Amino acid sequence: MARSAEILLEIKQLVKNYGERNVLDDINLEVRQGEVTVILGPSGCGKSTLLRCLNGLESVQGGTILYRGQNLTDPGTDWREVRQHIGMVFQSYDLFPHLTVIDNILLGPLKVQRREKQEALQQAEQLLERVGLLDRKNSYPRELSGGQKQRIAIVRALCMNPDIMLFDEVTASLDPEMVREVLDVIRGLADQGMTMLIVTHEMGFAKSVGNRIVFIDQGKISEIAAPEQFFTKPQSERAQHFLDIFQYDH
Amino acid sequence: MQSLGIEVLFQGSNFMRLLGGLLVTIEIAFTSIFIGTALGLLMGLLRTLKSWPLRFILRFYLEAFRIIPILVWLYVAYFIFTPMLRVDIGGELTAVLVFSLWGAAEMGDIVRGALESLPKHQLESGKALGLKAGQIYRYILIPQAVRRMLPGTINLATRMIKTTSLVVLIGVIEVVKVGQQIIELGVIKAPNASIWVYGFIFILFFLVCYPLSRLSRKFERRWQS
Repeated sequence: MARSAEILLEIKQLVKNYGERNVLDDINLEVRQGEVTVILGPSGCGKSTLLRCLNGLESVQGGTILYRGQNLTDPGTDWREVRQHIGMVFQSYDLFPHLTVIDNILLGPLKVQRREKQEALQQAEQLLERVGLLDRKNSYPRELSGGQKQRIAIVRALCMNPDIMLFDEVTASLDPEMVREVLDVIRGLADQGMTMLIVTHEMGFAKSVGNRIVFIDQGKISEIAAPEQFFTKPQSERAQHFLDIFQYDH
Repeated sequence: MQSLGIEVLFQGSNFMRLLGGLLVTIEIAFTSIFIGTALGLLMGLLRTLKSWPLRFILRFYLEAFRIIPILVWLYVAYFIFTPMLRVDIGGELTAVLVFSLWGAAEMGDIVRGALESLPKHQLESGKALGLKAGQIYRYILIPQAVRRMLPGTINLATRMIKTTSLVVLIGVIEVVKVGQQIIELGVIKAPNASIWVYGFIFILFFLVCYPLSRLSRKFERRWQS
């Protein structure tokens, strides 16, 4: 990833409040094409909220979010259009339980993008093959393990051909032994040059997959650094403290 | 020798009259269930929207049907509203009207409950895929809500079928009333007839309601596995 790559997302002075409470305060961040940004921070620091703002699931109270120059904080924003370019995968296994795996994946391409069924199906099958789940294409979500469901959820978002993928703690509710298979899929995407913003608590993964680490604390970005630097010489005391907690058993 | 009473059921046209009465019951009940369910679906969807005046009105409407007995609604519709509006639609149609409005109110609550019981992230996942609100309802929320609505809906339908026995009070001759007529006619010759007539009506109601319960259990089992 070159520093000169095109800027896809530009977040300027973003402010988000829940009533009186200030959740995000003066967030400034640029995301370039092909960049993998890992967002770390203590629980409740606002990192998930930041991702949700980028997908229009939360309203913002100040600042701007530019996606390829288009201002997403403009009230007239067509979020349905934007969401086709910014895919999101959530922590909860959020597949639609009444639809089979393949129907889950094709819902967006067929109903939102109005693509040809044959062409969309072909892409869906390729993606399923890549995550090793082609044989489960006619299964229902209840027949899958947590890790499998999460991989399907990733495929479902990918099948819309997004420019950017947002991952909101996608391994947080998984059994430890299933975390790996999901992270491997995300790593594969990184290797292919997918632009991603990843909120995670998997420190080893953050270190190895991220191009840079954004550390958020109490709604503010307190540090942006390369992974090697962040994990060995964090600049802020807060980040140091945070790392101490997570690396207790290392 | 005193008669057993059972022969009353088969005297003259009694058997057919009872079945005719049952037909009236079924007509009123099923028409009302159909209209009530359709209106109720719409009402339930509206009740999940954020507009508070709409919520208030629909809530008020539901409570009005819950608090005021159906019998009172039948009287009010038959003896006050329709004469006031100078429309003579007759007892049967008045009954269908009241029952449909009642069904819609209750069904609306079942639909609302089912929709609101769905996890919030189902809605968000739909949004994140870029689906329109209408598409989210059509492809994601309603199909899942229907599964949760089923037990309540069947319960409502059987309640409506049973409550049709009240329509006699606005002059509609349905199965229970036919039964009474038959009993009164033969009260001297066959004093035990009431056991047989009501017993027969019991069986008739059971035959109408039981298949509904079976159907609902079948669907529930299919969707579970």
